[in-house]
Amino acid sequence: MAKALINVPAKARRGDVIEIKALTSHIMETGYRHTAAGEIVPRDIITSFTCRFNGAELFRADFFPAIAANPYLSFFMIANDSGKFDFEWIGDHGFSTTASASLSVVE
Amino acid sequence: MNTLRPPTRRTLVRGLAAGAASLAFARPSIAQARTRIVVIGGGFGGTACARALKRNDPKLDVTLIEPNRTFMACPLSNEVIAGLREIGAQQFGYEKLAAEGIHVAAQAASTVDHQARTVVLADESLIRYDRLVLSPGIDFRYEALPGYDEAASASLPHAWKAGEQTLLLRRQLEAMKDGGTVIIAVPANPARCPPAPYERASLIAHYLKAHKPRSKVLILDAKDTFSQQRLFENAWAELYPGLIERIALSQGGRVTSVDTKTRKIVTEFGDYTADVINIIPPQKAGRISEIAGAADKTGWCPIDPATFASKLLPNVHVIGDACLGGGIPKSASAASAQGKACAAVIASQLAGNTPEPPRLTGVCYNTVAPDYAFSLAGNYQPKDDIFAEVEGGATSPVNAPIEERKREAEKAKAWFTEITADSFG
Repeated sequence: MAKALINVPAKARRGDVIEIKALTSHIMETGYRHTAAGEIVPRDIITSFTCRFNGAELFRADFFPAIAANPYLSFFMIANDSGKFDFEWIGDHGFSTTASASLSVVE
Repeated sequence: MNTLRPPTRRTLVRGLAAGAASLAFARPSIAQARTRIVVIGGGFGGTACARALKRNDPKLDVTLIEPNRTFMACPLSNEVIAGLREIGAQQFGYEKLAAEGIHVAAQAASTVDHQARTVVLADESLIRYDRLVLSPGIDFRYEALPGYDEAASASLPHAWKAGEQTLLLRRQLEAMKDGGTVIIAVPANPARCPPAPYERASLIAHYLKAHKPRSKVLILDAKDTFSQQRLFENAWAELYPGLIERIALSQGGRVTSVDTKTRKIVTEFGDYTADVINIIPPQKAGRISEIAGAADKTGWCPIDPATFASKLLPNVHVIGDACLGGGIPKSASAASAQGKACAAVIASQLAGNTPEPPRLTGVCYNTVAPDYAFSLAGNYQPKDDIFAEVEGGATSPVNAPIEERKREAEKAKAWFTEITADSFG
C-alpha cells in the first residue's frame, strides 16, 4: 500500500485557522506515454481524494492525468471543535489508501 | 505596396530590434581607444573568459573585477570538510592573470549602468566597458527559507561557498560526540553543483565511520531524484551501510523553515534536529546580476545560449552558475567551458563575424571515499533558449570494478589540477 503523509497540528486554539497537508506516493501514470516498443503505458492515477472531519466531508478533489506524481495537497480550516480527520485516496486498478489524524481544540 | 503601408506594431518592433542589434555589435571605430572588456567575478568562469580574451587578442583592454584577493575553490572542498584535505589546497591567487596584462580590480562591483556602459566599484571609482561579462556565481535566496540567513550560517553552516564556512562545518563534525546525527538540507534545482550534497554526505559518512561509527547522516531533500543517484546509492550500501538516511521530497523531505535558537528543522511533514546541521539554502544568480538588471523573476539570468548575450541587457554576456543554462549543470567545469566559449564569441563579434554556436563539455567527478569516485561527462549545444544535452556524454557504469573507482578518484585530482591551472596557474 502506498505511503500517505499527513501533517495536521495536534492542538489548536478555538477559532484558529489551521493548515492540513496530505501527500501520498503515487506514480500518476498519464496513459498517454508509450513504451519503446510503441505500446501505450496504461493509465494509473489517483482519481479522488477526500478529507472528512468527524465524519463530515471537509475537502474533496478529483484528480486527472495532468496531476504530477506524489500529489501533495494543502488546505485550511477553522478549528472549532476537537475531532478526527479521515483521509482517503481512491484510484485506478482498485487503488485505495487511508490515513487519519486527531485535533484537540483548546480555549 | 508593402513598403507604403504604415508600419504595424510588429514591423516597427522588428525594425527597432534590428537597429539595437547593429548598435550592440558595432565594431569600435578606428579612432576609439582599445576595446574594453570588463569581467565581473573571478571564479572559474570569469578567469577562463578573461584569460582567453587576452590571449586571443593582447590589444584588448581586459579588467577582472573580484573583491577577494584569494579564490577558494569549491570542487574537492567536501574533502576538506571530511578532514581529507587542507583548505590551503583550495586557495588560488590572481597574480598570474595580472602578469598577463589583465587589470585585476580587487573590489566588489556595486552598480552597473548598461546605458552609460559603466561599472561602479565599492570605492566609487568607475570603469567603462564596451562589453561586460557577468560571471558572479550564486547568492542565497534567504527569503525562500524562513529562519535562515547569513547570521544563522554562523551556527548552522551552509558551506556552499568554500572558505570559513567549509572549516566551520569541519570543526563542528570534529567536535560532535559519537552517536550524533548530521543533517544535510538539500534545496531543489536549479542550484550550484547538483550532485555535491550527496558527495558531501558520502565523505561525512567516511569521516564518521572512521572516527564516530555510531553516528549517522540524515539528508532532508527537496528533490525526489538526483544526479548519478544509483551510483551514489550503490556506493552508500557498499561503503557506509546504515550510515546515510535520505528523506526525499515525496517522503516529506523539503525543509520549509529553520529555528536557529531551538535548532528545529521543519519540513512539510515533520520536525527534525541534529548535533550538526548543514543547511544548503535555495539559490539565485550572484547579487550584481539583480542590481544590473540581468536577472529575471526566477532569480537567474536568461541568455541567448549561442552567444551568452543577456536577453535583458545590451552589450552584456552572462556565464557560469548565474545564467539560465537549461540542461548544463552549474559546475566549475561548465563555467570554465562557458568562459572560454564566451571569449571566442566576443572575439568573433568584435572582428565583425557571426560566431559559431558553442559546443560545451562539462565533467563532474564525485569522490565518495578517498579511493572511490565516479563521474558524469556531458556535451551541450544551444537549442532554442537553453543548452540541451547532446550525444557523446558518459556516466560511469553502475557495476564498475573497484579499480575503476580508484582510477576515477585519481582522475578527479588530475582534473582539479588542470582546471585550476587553466584559471589561475
